[in-house]
Amino acid sequence: MTKHMTRKQLNSRVVEEIDRNLRQAFDDMAEQPVPDRFTDLLAQLKAAEEKKNSGDQQDA
Amino acid sequence: MRDPREELTDHIGSLRAFALSLTRNSATADDLVQETLVKAWTNIDSFQQGTNMRAWLFTILRNTFYSLRRKRKREVEDADGTMSESLATKPDHDGRLNLRDFKVAFDQLPDTQREALVLIGAQGLAYEEAAEVCGVAVGTIKSRVGRARARLAELMELSEEESLEITDSVTQGVVGSRPAA
Repeated sequence: MTKHMTRKQLNSRVVEEIDRNLRQAFDDMAEQPVPDRFTDLLAQLKAAEEKKNSGDQQDA
Repeated sequence: MRDPREELTDHIGSLRAFALSLTRNSATADDLVQETLVKAWTNIDSFQQGTNMRAWLFTILRNTFYSLRRKRKREVEDADGTMSESLATKPDHDGRLNLRDFKVAFDQLPDTQREALVLIGAQGLAYEEAAEVCGVAVGTIKSRVGRARARLAELMELSEEESLEITDSVTQGVVGSRPAA
């Protein structure tokens, strides 16, 4: 079980410091406004499916 | 029942961040997110309601990334150090540790360690979920996260000696397993 322990034991303060920076870096990215290309893409997928579904119903 | 696909929009920010950490190139990252969204949309039946959708999406994104990379293995990898470059540099608020330096150090981690650390430390997945996303054992994820943190501490020159007063059990508890949050 101790195989995965690192050679140098990290203390909790260092781990917290690292994770805090990590979260800050990622939150900055994750909170950026969603580019239109993605909202447009989802809208197109939805529209294509609705069109297909109505087509299926006509065939049935 | 609500179509789970309605939820996809909520995860785009996380997907972009994860994609950027894998590709280290913002244009490639967004192409990867686009492909992931299309796959998720068309394969929504394979998503199990009630499970973590973000973990499911990360699995798709990661598989797509590695299969594209295998296809393009002869192409020169275009890593532009995006973590350090694309993000606005923020001032050090309380910080002993400068965020920009952190990003530079982060970009130097090996791929497997970086993705493990991102999933656990930044995206807050459980070890089991991260193991599933990466298709490896839970112990492997723990090991990679441990090595990633150790490497970052080294790169950031975070002092480890000051910690001697902290008991081993506390230290091991934090490094060896994620506290229930």
